[in-house]
Amino acid sequence: MTEKQGLYDPAYEHDACGIGFVAHIHGVRSRDVVEKSLELLRNLTHRSAVAADACTGDGAGILLQIPHLFLRRVCSPVGIALPDAGSYGVGMVLLPSRPADRAACERVVESIVADEGCSALGWRDVPVEDDVLSAATRRGRPTMRQIFVARMGVSRDVDPSYSFEVALYVIRRRIETALREIPSGHNCYLASFSSRTVVYKGMLRPDQLMPFYTDLSEPDLTSAIALVHSRFSTNTFPSWRLAHPYRFLCHNGEINTLRGNLTWMRVREGIMSSSRFGKRLAEMLPVCGENQSDSASLDNALELLTLAGRPLAHAMAMLVPEAWEGHGTMSAERKAFYEYHASVMEPWDGPAAVAFTDGRQVAAMLDRNGLRPARYVVTADDFVVLSSEAGALDIPVANIRAKGRLEPGKMLVVNTTQGRILDDEAIKTELASVRPYRRWVAEQRIDLETLVADRNAAIQGEGAALETDRADSEHSMPLMARQQIFGYTADELKMVLGPMAEAGEEPAGSMGNDTPLAVLSRRPQLLSSYFRQMFAQVTNPAIDPIREQLVMSLAMNLGPQHNLLEETAEHAKQIRIAQPVLSEHEIDALRGVTDPVLRAVTLRALFPVMDADSVNVAGGSVERGVALDVALQALCRKASEAVAAGCGVLILSDRGIGPDQAPIPSPLAVSAVHHHLIREGLRWRVSLVAESGEAREVSHIALLLAYGASAVHPYVALETVAALARPEAAGDKPHGTAAKERYVKALGKGLLKIMSKMGISTLQSYCGAQLWEAVGLNSTLIDRHFTGTPSRVGGIGMELIAEETLRRHGSAFEVATDVPRLEAGGEYQYRAQGEHHNWNPMTIAKLQHATRGDSYTTFKEFSKLANDETRDQSTLRGLLDFVEREPIPLDQVEPASAITRRFCTGAMSFGSLSAEAHETLAIAMNRLGGRSNSGEGGEDPARFGTERNSAIKQVASARFGVTAEYIVSADELQIKISQGAKPGEGGQLPGHKVDAVIARIRHSTAGVTLISPPPHHDIYSIEDLAQLIYDLKAIAPKAAVSVKLVSEAGVGTIAAGVAKARADLILISGDSGGTGASPLSSIMRAGSPWELGLAETQQTLVINGLRGRVRLQTDGQLKTGRDVVVAAMLGADEFGFATAPLIVEGCVIMRKCHLNTCPVGIATQDPELRARFAGQPEHVVNYFFFIAEEVREIMARLGVRTLDALIGRTDMLRAIPSSEHAKSGTLDLSALLHLAVPAVRTRPDRVTRHHVRLRLNNSEEEGGLNSLLLERAEPALDRGEQVKQSVLITNSDRAVGATLSGEIARRYGNRGLPHDTITVRLTGSAGQSFGAFAAKGLTLDLEGEANDYIGKGLSGGKLIIRHPRTAQFIADQTVLVGNTALYGATSGEAYIAGVAGERFAVRNSGAIAVVEGVGDHGCEYMTGGTVVVLGRTGRNFAAGMSGGIAFVLDEFGELQQQCNSGMVELAPVTVSAERELLRRLVEQHARLTGSARAKRELGQWDRSVRHFVAVVPKEYRKALERQSDGAPASTGVRRGLFMGEARHG
Amino acid sequence: MADPTAFLTLRRATPDRVAVEERVRNWGEFYRPVAESSVKTQAARCMDCGVPFCQGDTGCPVHNIIPEWNGLVQRGEWREALDSLHATNNFPELTGRLCPAPCESACVLGIVNEPVAIRHIEQTIADRGFAEGWIVPRPPRRATGFSVAVVGSGPAGLAAAQQLRRLGHDVVVFEKNERAGGLLRYGIPEFKLEKSVLDLRLDQLGAEGVQFRSGIDVGEDVTVEELRAEFDAVCIATGAGAARDLSVPGRELGGIHLAMDFLTAQNRRLEAGSPLDTIEEARDRRVLIIGGGDTGSDCAGTCVRQGALSVRQFELLPQPPGRRADSTPWPLWPMQMRTSHAHEEGCDREWSVATTAFSGENGRVKRIHAVRLERRALADGRAEFVPMPGTEFELEADVVLLAMGFTGPVKSRLLVDLHVALDPRGAIATDEAHRTSVPGIFAAGDAKRGASLIVWAIREGRDAAESIDKWLRAEAR
Repeated sequence: MTEKQGLYDPAYEHDACGIGFVAHIHGVRSRDVVEKSLELLRNLTHRSAVAADACTGDGAGILLQIPHLFLRRVCSPVGIALPDAGSYGVGMVLLPSRPADRAACERVVESIVADEGCSALGWRDVPVEDDVLSAATRRGRPTMRQIFVARMGVSRDVDPSYSFEVALYVIRRRIETALREIPSGHNCYLASFSSRTVVYKGMLRPDQLMPFYTDLSEPDLTSAIALVHSRFSTNTFPSWRLAHPYRFLCHNGEINTLRGNLTWMRVREGIMSSSRFGKRLAEMLPVCGENQSDSASLDNALELLTLAGRPLAHAMAMLVPEAWEGHGTMSAERKAFYEYHASVMEPWDGPAAVAFTDGRQVAAMLDRNGLRPARYVVTADDFVVLSSEAGALDIPVANIRAKGRLEPGKMLVVNTTQGRILDDEAIKTELASVRPYRRWVAEQRIDLETLVADRNAAIQGEGAALETDRADSEHSMPLMARQQIFGYTADELKMVLGPMAEAGEEPAGSMGNDTPLAVLSRRPQLLSSYFRQMFAQVTNPAIDPIREQLVMSLAMNLGPQHNLLEETAEHAKQIRIAQPVLSEHEIDALRGVTDPVLRAVTLRALFPVMDADSVNVAGGSVERGVALDVALQALCRKASEAVAAGCGVLILSDRGIGPDQAPIPSPLAVSAVHHHLIREGLRWRVSLVAESGEAREVSHIALLLAYGASAVHPYVALETVAALARPEAAGDKPHGTAAKERYVKALGKGLLKIMSKMGISTLQSYCGAQLWEAVGLNSTLIDRHFTGTPSRVGGIGMELIAEETLRRHGSAFEVATDVPRLEAGGEYQYRAQGEHHNWNPMTIAKLQHATRGDSYTTFKEFSKLANDETRDQSTLRGLLDFVEREPIPLDQVEPASAITRRFCTGAMSFGSLSAEAHETLAIAMNRLGGRSNSGEGGEDPARFGTERNSAIKQVASARFGVTAEYIVSADELQIKISQGAKPGEGGQLPGHKVDAVIARIRHSTAGVTLISPPPHHDIYSIEDLAQLIYDLKAIAPKAAVSVKLVSEAGVGTIAAGVAKARADLILISGDSGGTGASPLSSIMRAGSPWELGLAETQQTLVINGLRGRVRLQTDGQLKTGRDVVVAAMLGADEFGFATAPLIVEGCVIMRKCHLNTCPVGIATQDPELRARFAGQPEHVVNYFFFIAEEVREIMARLGVRTLDALIGRTDMLRAIPSSEHAKSGTLDLSALLHLAVPAVRTRPDRVTRHHVRLRLNNSEEEGGLNSLLLERAEPALDRGEQVKQSVLITNSDRAVGATLSGEIARRYGNRGLPHDTITVRLTGSAGQSFGAFAAKGLTLDLEGEANDYIGKGLSGGKLIIRHPRTAQFIADQTVLVGNTALYGATSGEAYIAGVAGERFAVRNSGAIAVVEGVGDHGCEYMTGGTVVVLGRTGRNFAAGMSGGIAFVLDEFGELQQQCNSGMVELAPVTVSAERELLRRLVEQHARLTGSARAKRELGQWDRSVRHFVAVVPKEYRKALERQSDGAPASTGVRRGLFMGEARHG
Repeated sequence: MADPTAFLTLRRATPDRVAVEERVRNWGEFYRPVAESSVKTQAARCMDCGVPFCQGDTGCPVHNIIPEWNGLVQRGEWREALDSLHATNNFPELTGRLCPAPCESACVLGIVNEPVAIRHIEQTIADRGFAEGWIVPRPPRRATGFSVAVVGSGPAGLAAAQQLRRLGHDVVVFEKNERAGGLLRYGIPEFKLEKSVLDLRLDQLGAEGVQFRSGIDVGEDVTVEELRAEFDAVCIATGAGAARDLSVPGRELGGIHLAMDFLTAQNRRLEAGSPLDTIEEARDRRVLIIGGGDTGSDCAGTCVRQGALSVRQFELLPQPPGRRADSTPWPLWPMQMRTSHAHEEGCDREWSVATTAFSGENGRVKRIHAVRLERRALADGRAEFVPMPGTEFELEADVVLLAMGFTGPVKSRLLVDLHVALDPRGAIATDEAHRTSVPGIFAAGDAKRGASLIVWAIREGRDAAESIDKWLRAEAR
């Protein structure tokens, strides 16, 4: 692995992959199992990745049962006599290649084996074939040796083999510890060490695994279980040890809460004990090693729990529990099982498909979200094959007994010793009945609600208020003074707290954030403001906490933790809170708990005010810093004492402030105590609660929870909300308690949003996970009190934190006698007396005057203002200056036109912008050779091919208007993963903004709300992204594919993965930009500045040797030529602008984009307002030429002729120290300016720092089935002749049909060809994205099965899919297609004679589909089209469905329960036109697929039709009724619903 | 904001003026009262902008938080609105009446519609504050023991005095005239600012502990040495009283007066309640006002009320366009034709006219000799205005008022004895913190800035007070 350097940190590496296993149900060992598993692995090659050299794999491996016969044969020649099977262990050891180092490591291994009373039988060299490897891999290859360990003197136990496994575990852990003590030890790795299993793995491609390890080809190497894994890593330095499988599991996914899980694991180690390990346990800690991957840590935890005695399935069910909290039909026993375990351990949260084994049982499961595919087959000859893709192993149809897919949260276990397969229900029922969990929970668990009720009763009973713990001094302080101490501003009250209390929602804003970073602001900033939320990108999907609320939970448990390795009733003895924001009553109730184990102790988080008048005295700040530090240490000490004296909850309270006492910033108090107690080994005994006057925004609460608080009582905020909403001021608005409740509700929603954008479902897992990045805090502070938080540019410490706190404090005690008022603030709206904004009246006016008047002189005035401001106090780039060099004459610098080519405008949808504003940008960018961006709202086809065409077309999560024609009309296709204003979040265009034109472009219905899901439902992982890129290149081979990411710590590593996924361009967006409507807390508190993200990406790509492959672009409040040159030097080839060109068009930063009231006609659809639009393309052209000219001037000054020569040249930048700005002076920008070099240098004389290759080599995409189909379709394309063809297909044939569809769309647009002009009959297992973007005129008729994403973006084509005719299994109960079928389909038809996976027809906006059963989240976010389900649906059907109609054959009356009725209503199918349509579709289905199910229903149609339920969105029905213009409503509904959709066949 | 689209439907309205015939018969203010609901409606037109240009550097010099009090007025929270206004502006009742309202010309609504009637809303808030008794003295919580002299009781001096007093300093305001108020009392005509309004505010200052020493010309009646001995700091806010004169033949004739002398005489006449004969009235005379600015307009209104036979006004520059000139795009202060109440009342204007001489009889002016000007472009892109040959003409007039602006502070004994440095324009030179070249001596308002708006004077006074306070605290250490 490459070391941490500059902004690059290997800790950010992510991976994902293909997984699978092959097992014989009765445990019969065979060669077949091994070979089939390896074949399966090879067929998943496209799910893995290779490095820049196209030869180095990211990792592949296999876990087998110990092949005793084979080993005995190969050991005897080397003098190792193996005892009986099972009575020896095999260690697969990866050793350093230098002989001396190797010997040292081997000595360690041997000595510990001996010390543990076992005997080392000897070492065997594992034969390997080096020729298989790339040169780079060969160089770093470890030496593979197996050590054989015989059991001796191990005490006989009930299960002797178990005790031997425990012994081997102890040995291995000791070896691992001992290896850390010797210099070469870190190069030694024990891949497996067991008497049951052995692992062969390495930095290999799947196809290299078997040739490399020649053992695997040996005919007598057999197994009954084989677990395989192929890896796609975001970095290209995957080490050998990071390959899967680990010792127990292989994992496709990512544990988002890893830091929290590791922390809590460490915490629990303090009270761990197990009779199995006895005193040896201490030697085995920490349970999870340092500096290893999330999967490795999960493996460690599973190993510990299993060896300590929990069954394999039990251990996994507690590590990765299914979503039980809101489950409607789960049994009480099973819920109690989970509830009990919630006291024991927080979930390891994040997307996961896990295959795991102890060598006897082999199993697999999905996490609660089920975002990774897993399909399985049970064969007639008793094999079970599970894999990420169906068809990865070719199994004759006649041999298939059953097929299935793992569903979210579900598990499948094959017990080879008992010879049976257990399904989820059987497994969980058994687990839940082993212990009396239900009774334990009922007897032990205390609900806070109950405590509050009891307390209220007591108060009423006594007729007097119980005295609460409240400091006297603050009673005398008016609310205003306390607000001032905590830095409340008028702005916050008006823009944040007021709206939250009124609407129960977080308020939205727009136009990004142009205020300074906290560390550059001259106003005192809350400590919270120095932190930025992290969010998931690419490797890990965000969750939709609204539409998929069923997986989310805000519940927390308060009180001590217990021994992880035991199960007792006492484990459940905790206080359960439904959500973490506590009211006055709740915290009082908590204080009233008398149980000595659970009682709460309050500690004051205050520090003394020192000489408030001497703010300017030098040296004063040092003293104040010391005072804060001393108080913090005292607080930590008191916390230890309180814990020692016995308590279950520590309340860290800043009540008690007064003239002499200032609050310790609450994030500091909480995190310091949290880390202090961890270091002291006391953390397990208490929960922390923050009683904070400071916390008020969602992000404040989230920060406290992320750093260890289990709950927060924001008392000043609650009082503020109540005061704001006092009856006389509030009018009809909620007041008093109602206002507080709404405010708390808004906080809860906001917390769910913050968790979900990180892909986290449960607050319990978020707690302590520290998913924040600091910008502007120094390492001393971070290391001590926020241990493990990334903070990459240094910054302030105790002194300035104290100073800022005291400045706020001082403002409450000023002499002046003006009516006391809160400061204006001015963070959300510009205020002359408030926070600085880069876009202010002067800069806006100057820019408009310059571009309208075509005056370069005025532009220079603008750029001087803008640059001075950025330098003075607002951005990181402002702290950089150019290193002066020998100048050259201006005419030697490349022309402005060469520079304007590099300019793009940002993604702003038509819909967010008016047509006028949108098209003006497109025209301007086309004229100057730059590129405009369609945004995510589709584009009017009338613009394609004209000057109004957007060169960049965005493919975002909602896929609005993403048709085949749209895609082929683009020069660049931009996959928007995140956007700066709200990374990781979805969006919503309310119905009232969707007019007829927008509805047409977006393929939806006027007046109906449109939802953009938080994730792309076809990008749950890096290999999924690679797949979407593959799809887009298949349909539009000439377009570049770009991927838009947002800057955060670790984005560089993501970008490296994106480059490996074959993107042509990567955009790193800054946190500050963003023109659309977003929640205010996301605009202000998520993401990091582009300077950091861009520099990190540049460094990472250079280190990886990937930089030349991709273009790198950045955006985020770029304004001037100077900005462009700095960005180029930090690594950008291209530059995006959004706010500035809008200002040129007339935008005056009203920040009202979300209200449709833009007075200058830009961000509005109101015709009256649009009429006021005054922008001209010429103005925009002027602006970009001005910038280019300014860039040229700087280049001339620096003696540089071409921009390429500047890119990545951080050596041409220097940091300029700030003279009088105390805070900014603490920053250290050296990591930003680090000049990276490739880790592997092929040509040492040349380092590629900018994009060189014009196009990526597309060889992988060329050839194959898509080319064949295209070739054979020529007569149809050229002359409209009918073409029929038949082909075979396998799971590595992906996006089949896309290339042909692209060609149809290019020639005939979305009108396409007449139906069925080209018919392709396919046989076999189709790879992912089968029929993606299939255009009208193309019919794909598949007999076999298909994987994920069939009919993605379907554009008029027809898909017919059915099981093989000869199949033995029950067709309509067997899974036929994978997840996320018909995602973003706009038109066309699909007939699927079998069951589909999760998210069938998600975001369908016009296609017709018939299917015989769907998984969870069917028809999610659908806005149009018709879906017929001839069978059962999973949970959460129709969530967020705002348009179209679904007919479900609801034989068992389950739909009501399964449906998310938030937006839809259920009704019998009574209207005759509906009945007719339904019948026609079912007939069509029967005819095209031969479906037995359809035929059966048709045979008894009159009965069947009564079982059908129509699922219709309420808003949609209303919209159609409105459109029907007075015609009888039902007719209108019908006409609208089926408009133009049922014309076929 | 109750209705984010209100600006689309609501129209701008400002109070009606009393009919001309009626209003010229008396000296009082002449706007008709407006219903509270109508003011709320006007406030509702505010768009609550993300970047309120009205309060930034393009708009209000005292940075009134205009969107905030617009919102409060709209909701009927008048008292909170007054608090907000007072937080930035000591004398909203003055700016509400007298300010040309750069906030309105920078109002975002003005891009596409008529701007919000900010000034009127401001005046309403302030007047309501007095009427309701909400404007009460706010004496300091504790005394600092420092003493500050403020020389001059115009808007800058008064703002500085009030701010300094509230910070706990002993403050003495010196005024050379018999009563405090400076330009406000003696320069502004009664029909624009009834002096009773000023007196209410002066009462507040007095009650807060500001001491006034009127009728004392500092430098003459009190020496600079005495002043420095008595006070820890001095703020000079003596205004820019030196008027620009017209040196053409016949200037010495009787009946030719400086505008400010004329206006002052009228104010004194009203104050005394009896005619003064220092300067004759315009009654039954033909008046010519030279200078097209606000002072000229004030003179016109005064003359009309005095009963002039005719009033005519000359302006050197050409007539501006009816709407915002291209050279002054939004949000800049627009060059555009402005018509004041006086022009309704009977005042003819002539543009591009230069006066070349006066002639008269018996030592009194009778005739004005003038010529019309034309624009001539200069090589550097600028333009000059030169006489157009053959356009010379004459005009009969009995009274001529020179309203051509001011050149800077009067070079009084005070300035001479203090030895403060002057800037090239003749104003008192200071640094950004209002410090003059002499330690402990500060300057604010027109004396430092040159003739400007009242609102700028208030801003200057506030800023100077803050600087003085900081300086005193630093000196104390």
